[in-house]
Amino acid sequence: MSLRSEPRALAALLAEVGLTEAEYARLCAALGRAPNHVELGMVGALWSEHCSYKSSRVYLRRLPTRGPRVLQGPGENAGAVDFGDGLAVVFKVESHNHPSAVEPFQGAATGVGGILRDVFTMGARPVALLDSLHFGPPGEPRNRYLLEGVVAGIAHYGNCMGVPTVAGEVHFAPGYRANPLVNAMCVGLAPRERLVRARASGVGNPVLLVGAATGRDGIHGATFASAELDARSEERRPAVQVGNPFLEKLLLEACLELLATGEVVAMQDLGAAGLTSASAEIASRGGCGITLDVSQVSRREAGMTPYEVMLSESQERMLVVVPAGAEARAEAVFARWGLHTDRVGVVTDDGLLRVCDGATVVAELPVRLLTEAAPVYERPCAPPPPPPPLDLAAVPALAPAAALVALLTSPNLASRAPIYTQYDHTVQGNTVIPPGRADAAVLRVVGSAKGLAVTIDSAARYAVLDPRRGAALAVAEAARNLSCVGAQPLAITDCLNLANPERPEVTWALAETVEGLREACVALEIPVISGNVSLYNESEGSAIPPTAVVGMVGELPEVARATDAGFKAAGDVVLLLGSPRVTLAGSEYLRVAAPERPELLRAGEPPPLDLAYEARLQALVRALVQGGQVRAAHDCGEGGLAVAVAECAMLGGLGFVAAPTWRAALGVEEDGVRLALALFGEGPSRVVVECTPEAVGAVQAAAAAAGVAAVELGRVGGTRLVWPEAIDLDLAELTARWSAALDEP
Amino acid sequence: MRFGVVVFPGTNCEQETVRVLRDLYHQPTELLWHASEDLSGIDCVVLPGGFAHGDYLRAGAIARFSPIMRAVERFARAGGLVWGICNGFQILLEAGLLPGAMRRNVGLRFRCQWVHVRVEHTRSPFTAACRPGQVLHLPIAHGEGNYYAPPELLARLEARGQILLRYCDAAGHVTPAANPNGSVANVAGLASEGGNVFALMPHPERAAEALLGGTDGRWLFDSVLGKVGLVATV
Repeated sequence: MSLRSEPRALAALLAEVGLTEAEYARLCAALGRAPNHVELGMVGALWSEHCSYKSSRVYLRRLPTRGPRVLQGPGENAGAVDFGDGLAVVFKVESHNHPSAVEPFQGAATGVGGILRDVFTMGARPVALLDSLHFGPPGEPRNRYLLEGVVAGIAHYGNCMGVPTVAGEVHFAPGYRANPLVNAMCVGLAPRERLVRARASGVGNPVLLVGAATGRDGIHGATFASAELDARSEERRPAVQVGNPFLEKLLLEACLELLATGEVVAMQDLGAAGLTSASAEIASRGGCGITLDVSQVSRREAGMTPYEVMLSESQERMLVVVPAGAEARAEAVFARWGLHTDRVGVVTDDGLLRVCDGATVVAELPVRLLTEAAPVYERPCAPPPPPPPLDLAAVPALAPAAALVALLTSPNLASRAPIYTQYDHTVQGNTVIPPGRADAAVLRVVGSAKGLAVTIDSAARYAVLDPRRGAALAVAEAARNLSCVGAQPLAITDCLNLANPERPEVTWALAETVEGLREACVALEIPVISGNVSLYNESEGSAIPPTAVVGMVGELPEVARATDAGFKAAGDVVLLLGSPRVTLAGSEYLRVAAPERPELLRAGEPPPLDLAYEARLQALVRALVQGGQVRAAHDCGEGGLAVAVAECAMLGGLGFVAAPTWRAALGVEEDGVRLALALFGEGPSRVVVECTPEAVGAVQAAAAAAGVAAVELGRVGGTRLVWPEAIDLDLAELTARWSAALDEP
Repeated sequence: MRFGVVVFPGTNCEQETVRVLRDLYHQPTELLWHASEDLSGIDCVVLPGGFAHGDYLRAGAIARFSPIMRAVERFARAGGLVWGICNGFQILLEAGLLPGAMRRNVGLRFRCQWVHVRVEHTRSPFTAACRPGQVLHLPIAHGEGNYYAPPELLARLEARGQILLRYCDAAGHVTPAANPNGSVANVAGLASEGGNVFALMPHPERAAEALLGGTDGRWLFDSVLGKVGLVATV
């Protein structure tokens, strides 16, 4: 059958592989002929949004990716920075949104599996996992089901792998009802000289396929991830893969053992678009060709076609190129770990990805056509109408104590302990600051005095109002979180989650998001070294807010000086460092004070961000923590000042009493919504710190020298949380409610 | 004292266990591959935490058939010291070297948190450095730590003093609220009748350095190394 002569058959085929007619025409022109069925499937997968970044590539080029510590920027399986002491830190974040929406447990589990492979493919041992999760309101049964399934899936995979899940964020908002987001990040460490790249080379070198046998699972997963979800998405459950963390643990150990022998030319994990993507990428980066023989691929079931073998997304597989003659030694390493090795191909110099089934050639495509020559779109771009101003007069003024309790028991601010206690966060024996204790997690690095700090953050609440500032705020918050434990940011990995880019306002939001990231990264001097874009997070008219997830890694000069957020001693002084500029726009206060008026959350401007001030504040906080002048530091973020102070008190198990002059210090003499603004208003560039009474002078002097405001708020002590004439709550009771709130239906 | 730390496919706590024994206690320590049956020269075998063989079927159910378990069994029957931690506890139960069985945690969730355990007896080589009734602060991380023994067996274990550790609150009271997984009689650590085989669900190897949040795990390492009567060193 000729595809060209059967327009209806062609239309059906193109729909199956996710290509447009224009893309098909482009493919035929480039090939000089019509592709066969296998070739069409391979091109469809690699030209999918998920694999090709065709709608985002023009924007992503704008991100700063260089820096003195960068060893590997975007383009490899993961990025890497120089940690010193002969070590490289390797990390990346990736989305697994679509699969998790359909099958939360396996979708999340295989998302973790995929990001782990990205990191150990680089020769690094994974030392930490992080997750950014976004769901609809947890009071609704389907969202609760998704939350529980996703958390159990992450726990299942990460715990079994023996990689601690040390940090994360969980955010609930109505915009994620139909499209939950599951972004997983992995951080690994490698000896600097042992970093490997996924670049095939050496004509005649054998290509080995290691790990799981190939099955029919996940075929067209990449295409599935590049389209909107709809009522029929449930039927795509077979496009979701099933994870086997035990097999991946064996693969991890075997790959690292093989890499240590030095007999590896290149390594590439099989993720989206399976063997097609892995072989095309490894050949493309190496500027060579690869010939594969699918008849050599071990299969889970009989009767699989070359098309299915090339597009299967069966998990826990790795493509390894070794020097000719080293096959048997590599096979012996894998065999010791109980893993099967197939000799599936050979490196060539013809620039072609050739797929054979025994003696028959079933596909032959230029590697370039599959990778660099994929379409790049600059889609129509137009801003939506700007949000209306937020009318403060329309905002209800709750009694401060009631507002604080409501905030601390609300889904977005309740303790995350019910989630992170399901993750093994102490395995490997390096966790210095575990989840829930501070704004970032801290790990020690055996063999180094330095510490590694990690965080993952987003600011979708603000991005709804202004995607550019929302993205910049996310970067600023991540860097502030690292600074609060005393760490200097090293680099960023980002995951941009947006809706359908074929709508001009979504492409506008994408462009603005990238611009916001760029501005903040440039100002704070933090390069982007890896990342991922997930588009089409939209279904049946419901689109997610633009959600830029920022994963950030930092270093502490001395890990023993890391500081958490809990108050340490009665009698200590509590200060607020930073900007007094706050707003209720997009705030958690609005969400709890006016739940019946969701439109308020779509009004107003996000808090202003002065990046130069932010940089000074962060440097100040780092210096105070590293110098030991402050004993606790906590970002004043969601929920505002009163929530931040309450969290410090609950984490430390020590009460707080605000100074009688607190109203004057905050510049708010009246009650009502102005008081709510002072206590619960949100803004960047603010950190709550605790110091001894003797250190107050030094802290204030350092703040003055840095040009950062410092306001004395009160003292640590007692068993209550007291803001005179506004709030007086029993700390133990509040802690119990905060701790249990997320588990309550 | 020469330690052998067993590595099954899927074991994932061997490195930190070796680090404590070798780097903090300066004891000769080697990794023992599960396919080996050679325990020559080993004074104490440690079965560390993890998911041996993926914990498929039940935790420890497949690992007990690994060749090294035949050697561990002979070693234990001959009076050698065998120490199971977390997954190691599950494997020793499956192998019949300790009595009883492990079920999934009450609530069916994996739990990773710090807990308190009370030392019930100090006659054991694994608790000899502790005071009777001493409360230790240790981390747990498991999904199947809900120990069960039928009433007759439990009575026997109690009578013979085989229950060495019980979950308790910070003050040492053994209460249902202090039990993180539903274990019968709050059992957290158990010894064999001969006393030379011991296992616990908490991870003492994750509590051996102040930097990591606590050093109470050292009381058990100090015990097995015969540092009786010494205060746990930091």
